[in-house]
Amino acid sequence: MHRLFFILPLVVVLVLVAVFWRGLDPARNPASISSALVGKPVPPFVLPGLTPEMPGLGDADLRGQVTVLNFFASWCAPCRAEHPLLKELAAVPEIRLVGITYKDRLADSLRFLAELGDPFAAIGADETGRIGIDFGLTGVPETFVIDRDGIVRYRLAQPIDEARLADEILPLIAELTR
Amino acid sequence: MIIEIGHFALVLALVLALAQAILPLVGAQRGIRSWMLLAKPAAIGQFAFLLVAFLALVHAFVVSDFSVVIVYLNSHSSMPLLYKISGTWGNHEGSLLLWVTILAFFGALVAVFGENLPPRLKARTLSVQAMISIAFILFTLFTSNPFARISPAPFEGEELNPLLQDPGLAFHPPMLYIGYVGFSIAFSFAVAALIEGKVDAAWARWVRPWTLLSWTSLTGGIALGAHWAYYELGWGGWWFWDPVENASFMPWLMGTALLHSAIVVEKRDALKAWTLLLAILTFGCSLLGTFLVRSGVITSVHAFAQDPERGVFILAILGVALGGALTLFAWRAPVLKPGGMFAPVSREAALMLNNLFITTLTFVVLLGTLLPLIFDVLGLQDISVGPPYYKWTFIPISLPLILLAAVGPLLGWKRGDLSGALQRLWGAGILGVAGIVVAAWIDFGSEVMAALGIGVGLWLLAGTFVEWAERVRLFRTEFTESWRRMRHLPRAAYGMTLAHAGLAIAIIGMTASAAWKEEVVRQMRPGETIEIGGFTYRLEEVRGVRGPNYIAEQADFTVLKDGEFYTRLYPERRQYMVQPMPTTEAAIESHFFGDLYAVIGESDGAGAWTVRIYEEPLVPWIWTGAIVMVLGGFVSMSDRRYRVGAPSRQPAAQPAKA
Amino acid sequence: MKTARTGWLLPLICLVVALPALAVDVPLDDPALEERARHLMREVRCVVCQSQSIGESDAGIAVDLRRLIRAEIAAGKSDDEIRNFLVERYGDFVLFTPPFRAETMVLWIGPFVVLGLGLAFMIRFLRRRPSVAMPSSLDAEERQRIARALGKDGGENAA
Repeated sequence: MHRLFFILPLVVVLVLVAVFWRGLDPARNPASISSALVGKPVPPFVLPGLTPEMPGLGDADLRGQVTVLNFFASWCAPCRAEHPLLKELAAVPEIRLVGITYKDRLADSLRFLAELGDPFAAIGADETGRIGIDFGLTGVPETFVIDRDGIVRYRLAQPIDEARLADEILPLIAELTR
Repeated sequence: MIIEIGHFALVLALVLALAQAILPLVGAQRGIRSWMLLAKPAAIGQFAFLLVAFLALVHAFVVSDFSVVIVYLNSHSSMPLLYKISGTWGNHEGSLLLWVTILAFFGALVAVFGENLPPRLKARTLSVQAMISIAFILFTLFTSNPFARISPAPFEGEELNPLLQDPGLAFHPPMLYIGYVGFSIAFSFAVAALIEGKVDAAWARWVRPWTLLSWTSLTGGIALGAHWAYYELGWGGWWFWDPVENASFMPWLMGTALLHSAIVVEKRDALKAWTLLLAILTFGCSLLGTFLVRSGVITSVHAFAQDPERGVFILAILGVALGGALTLFAWRAPVLKPGGMFAPVSREAALMLNNLFITTLTFVVLLGTLLPLIFDVLGLQDISVGPPYYKWTFIPISLPLILLAAVGPLLGWKRGDLSGALQRLWGAGILGVAGIVVAAWIDFGSEVMAALGIGVGLWLLAGTFVEWAERVRLFRTEFTESWRRMRHLPRAAYGMTLAHAGLAIAIIGMTASAAWKEEVVRQMRPGETIEIGGFTYRLEEVRGVRGPNYIAEQADFTVLKDGEFYTRLYPERRQYMVQPMPTTEAAIESHFFGDLYAVIGESDGAGAWTVRIYEEPLVPWIWTGAIVMVLGGFVSMSDRRYRVGAPSRQPAAQPAKA
Repeated sequence: MKTARTGWLLPLICLVVALPALAVDVPLDDPALEERARHLMREVRCVVCQSQSIGESDAGIAVDLRRLIRAEIAAGKSDDEIRNFLVERYGDFVLFTPPFRAETMVLWIGPFVVLGLGLAFMIRFLRRRPSVAMPSSLDAEERQRIARALGKDGGENAA
């Protein structure tokens, strides 16, 4: 007991340092929060398209094939930055890439897509952000991978980057489409 | 050119710190007097060079030299001079240089004022202090060089973050750092004492003024930060249990414990190993805070990850400093001779209990701060630890501590008379119970903690007065005799009285504010009124105003009480010219029982504005309490017995009361 | 770099780009319901802020969730239903009160265990202190008697 008193502080500090060391792992993103949606079916929703002519999006569209769902907005700079990678994703034949515009004016979204190109097979317009809440959205861009049964398998709460595309998203798609 | 001089001075300071770390330590070990004596000029020189480096950086900010990266990123030629200067420490690199400069300043103070210290202890203390300096100067030079340049130099800077352009926040970091960094002295003294294998009353007397200075400054710094959050963020809150706030609160708690346990070492030569441990851990908490704040290990969603290299560097400093000191502690502390003895009911035991409670409170804050990180590292589901957790852990554990704070000072050393002390506190007890009853009556059933908080606050306030009155025999004897006693009471005693009273006042303020704050949010057009807390707010108009580097919408409220004019309030919503973030400037009018607090938000574009009005009960008491505590710290520091280098004079032990 | 330079000093500020707020706060007409909504807002974390509740943030998501909470309360949902609704979407992270589960027990019980252990340690320390210098062959009663005796005039042993 007596000895313990003198050694305990050292032990506690060493344990803490070890935890911090792991906390500093560059692969860990302190900003990401674990998604409550992963492993669960996509929430039910039906959203209109950007124009009456364009197709809208609903949860029914997210079943039957592997889908990548991207939330974006024209006012969001990182969305612009990740756009080329979305085009790469759109070129993957086994999947369907769909988008939801988040709290964006329809005209602005259309201008955004006209300028950068439209990689999406279908786009729903979530003007109020209400469907964003159902997806647990914390901002834009965010990307979800949904399997054939409509179960959310992956969520990225930040812009897609080359590394995450190659190491996380594409392997998952390969696994889900096998 | 001046920037290069600054950079060079920083390197020279490193060289001097190296000399200061090695030679005196070896000298003390081998008994080479001339090497030991080197510590003093080296410490002074190190500080001088760091001061040159720091002033060079301040100069770059003042003259807006945008060829320096951090000046470019954090300053703008249109900013007022005060914010140009405070911009120096309104960023990571510059604030780190300030950190190191203060570190060396404390070292130099010990070197200059420590003439009466035993030469070996002084040499070793300064050597340890220099080791900390080396670590942080290296950190500055290699990962966070404030003197880095960009070429070609931009014409204009990006401006200091508008939220930092505030008088309160200009002084908040320096005060906080004096607190954080000052605890390094207690740490160095502790490590030196462990090397010597000796701790005595004299050691405690030397450590005390430094700890007290740090504590006082940290108290002020934390209060300033809370006050800033209160008026600048515009939601009427002053404490959010945020990791960064907790990072400054933990060293404060531990420093408070250290101040109390050092008294036991000084007066009774007991609790020596424990006090050394506290001295090490207090600075450890400072290092932990530095790590948490600067490494980016804890951050918010959508904030960008910070340089992990910095995190690794600070973690290494933390690991080596704490690991080394605690290894030394595990090895050497058991050889310390056991000190004076005391009964389970005594001043010593009360102070020990105080330490136990404060350490537990620190543990509560540590757990709440780190558990989300630990969960994340372990891959468990992310959690938030917020105010409700602290409400059900921190507050229940601090209540008995506050009760104790009134009793402890009335107990005698060695063996106290608990029932006697409690008898003398009957008035305080009645007041406390009355407080609970009245608070519960005002707000029946909904806030049990609030009623208890008010009760213990009043108890401590009255109990502190009773203790002082007892000492001066107020109303027990002729007033002239009391007056004589009042004048001869040691300053340290007044310091305690003020600090405890300040704490009591702050507790009452914090409790009332947390429990009974009221809020009205409404869209308002000019001419409309809002009623809250017995006041009527009438929005007269909203107009555009112009500051030196911002434009603002300013609302003009007339406040009426019982139909009579009371005051006018002018909250603003500012838009700074360079950085796009809008900031709110709450309009606050304090009175004895609280604050009127008005904030103006966004316009709906059709002549109405979102307006938030708060009724903030007793918030001014929080700031008053903090000021009284700081005052207590200074009064205690001025006690001649604790003045550095004052001849040691063991006060006669109080006779035991049977 | 752009956020790193201020982030460390500005814990409380949402670093997220301000989303366009579509509507300002419109309080509920019934003061009792509005009071319930306010109370709930203080428990819910603004997930993009640091340590601010949705009741005290201008971030877009906070404004949206405030509106949602008011709408749900107006629709007659209970506080628990609303909490569950949020946790289903944002996880435990969204509530400031960590859940009571096996792995979070350390949080709720840990402080009191530490306090209890500390008290036990302290009591032991105070009890056996006077006997430290004594030969260990004394029995408990003798030790206590010595402890009492030393307690009374232990001052002579002090430095």
